[in-house]
Amino acid sequence: MANEKFDFSAGLKKKVFIAFAIGAVMLLVGGLFPQTNEHHGDDHGSDHATEEHHDAGSDSHGDDTHSFNGAEDFEAVTVADSAEAGEEHGAGWFKRFKVDLWINNVYFTGLALIGIFFFALQYAAQAGWSAYIVRIPLAMGQWIVPAGILMLLTWFFVNHDVFHWTHSNLYDPTDSHYDELIAGKSGFFFFGEGGGFPTFFIARMVIFFVLWAWLFTKLKNLSLAEDELGGDGYWFKMRKWSAIFLVIFAVSSSVSAWDWVMSVDTHWFSTMFGWYVFASWWVTGLAFITLVTVLLKEAGYLPQVTSNHLHDLGKFVFAFSIFWTYVWFSQFLLIYYANIPEESVYFVERFLSDKYSPFFFINIILNFIFPFLVLMTRDAKRLNVFLKMVCIVVMFGHFIDFYLMMTPGTMGQNGFFGFTEIGMFLMFGSAFVFVVLRALSSYALVPKNHPMLGEAKHHHI
Amino acid sequence: MSDSKKFVLGIFDDEDVLLKAVGKIRGAGVKIHEVYSPFPVHGLDEELGYKRSRLPIAAFMFGALGTTLALVMQIWMLGVDWPMIIGGKNHVALPDFVPVTFELTVLLAAFGMVGTFLVSSDLKPWKDPKLLDIRITDDKHVMAIDLGTNRAVEVASINALLKDSGAVEVNNKDVDE
Repeated sequence: MANEKFDFSAGLKKKVFIAFAIGAVMLLVGGLFPQTNEHHGDDHGSDHATEEHHDAGSDSHGDDTHSFNGAEDFEAVTVADSAEAGEEHGAGWFKRFKVDLWINNVYFTGLALIGIFFFALQYAAQAGWSAYIVRIPLAMGQWIVPAGILMLLTWFFVNHDVFHWTHSNLYDPTDSHYDELIAGKSGFFFFGEGGGFPTFFIARMVIFFVLWAWLFTKLKNLSLAEDELGGDGYWFKMRKWSAIFLVIFAVSSSVSAWDWVMSVDTHWFSTMFGWYVFASWWVTGLAFITLVTVLLKEAGYLPQVTSNHLHDLGKFVFAFSIFWTYVWFSQFLLIYYANIPEESVYFVERFLSDKYSPFFFINIILNFIFPFLVLMTRDAKRLNVFLKMVCIVVMFGHFIDFYLMMTPGTMGQNGFFGFTEIGMFLMFGSAFVFVVLRALSSYALVPKNHPMLGEAKHHHI
Repeated sequence: MSDSKKFVLGIFDDEDVLLKAVGKIRGAGVKIHEVYSPFPVHGLDEELGYKRSRLPIAAFMFGALGTTLALVMQIWMLGVDWPMIIGGKNHVALPDFVPVTFELTVLLAAFGMVGTFLVSSDLKPWKDPKLLDIRITDDKHVMAIDLGTNRAVEVASINALLKDSGAVEVNNKDVDE
């Protein structure tokens, strides 16, 4: 039992590949029959979920990409973000493809990052209860290297279509597209003069990924060396490196949220955004860890994990679903209450648009009301069936959350949620799951010489 | 009718011995009135076969009451009794009400839970505590067996059972109602 390893069998691999293939087919179908407002009015019948949004939106919008119901006042502010890019490149399916690519990059990078964060947190907090399951978040961290490469390549591919601020004419006072607000923020993206290659932005991205990958490798090697050699020295070393990671993570997670998500709406800013994105990542990561633990247990692995350990994971998902809601609502309430146009435009684009307001409510229902009510009782946190249900719903819910963070700012009124989005999510998801499961099968499922295995064994709540 | 209860008290000085003793004595068909201990003993409630507390249900009910009261209060005050425009919002603007609703939910859930606990465990300032043995406030665990509910079992065999399972002392005590 002590040497138990996860067997990533050929059958399971096949299932992951099938999921990837289904995603690819859905993406292809989405590409062949794209749903867009003005160009392909007849081709959207294949996806009834978005059809009704289309019908609701088409009468008032036509080919005007940037008017919002009942909010004409805000138009002047919103035009620049979504529309200019749209006019230059056409808001067609290819752009939607790029936006989806970026959403999934951010979402799954977050999952990998949360894996390292959870692992580091357990060691920094000297937690004993989690000793049986720490290898699962460690395996999630394995995605950080492919995530970094993918993100860097994707950034150069999506460029102008996702990040309005990359247009160099915005920074040229003599150009008709000159944007004083964005020019004022040029120091955040570029070294010195605005326009050209965003050295500072790309440098941050590279430095963050290098730091994360380096610290992840460090922690992983220490954990594996502990398996071989034993002794509590490794535990103390891991605690030290975990603490260092947490300090770096505190800054880098926040800055990456501004860089990769908030800069999509370049004019707008929120001081809570780093927390908001972190909360979303964190719940998703916890749900993934819980789901994998439950599924492994059902497959006959991890016999040491009892309902007491699951209870703690369930509490994590429950509590941080509420935390996400708290952060989400704090951001919403302040902006709604102060009602300053340049701030409230963010929610006008989402809440008052008939395209996105359904998602706005789905977001709250899936990520707050559902986990809050279902996981409230003690029994629900200890039973596999409830945990599985909530984890799957929450992971999908937070994908919707990220979709809602990025699509209105890039696609304007041409955003859809259909085969393209789900297909891309499936492709990324199965690639992520493949990397994680392969990592998980390469070492013992439970750390062999973790000094707190005894505490985990007697964990009882 | 005599209004005094007869108890057999088993005094234990080790919680592991106590835990095993509880299982053994319940296994022998003796009903345990209560076990008193100076600190919480992990797993004791399960050994004694106690049912889960229903306190969370009370907490949920009080919480739901708090939510309802807060919403009714704010909607009535700001929407019906004295409508006011605040920050250019509607009279009944639900997002504005969330912080107060949240606070009242938490407040009533917490107070309701504490109150329910006090009432259900009969705790009150003027309560005269009946200590079966003063040492339960210091370093001994006391297992109390009510002879009234164990008429079928011989007193001598209960005493022997307690001794066998590790009690350092076995006393008899009458308690006036």
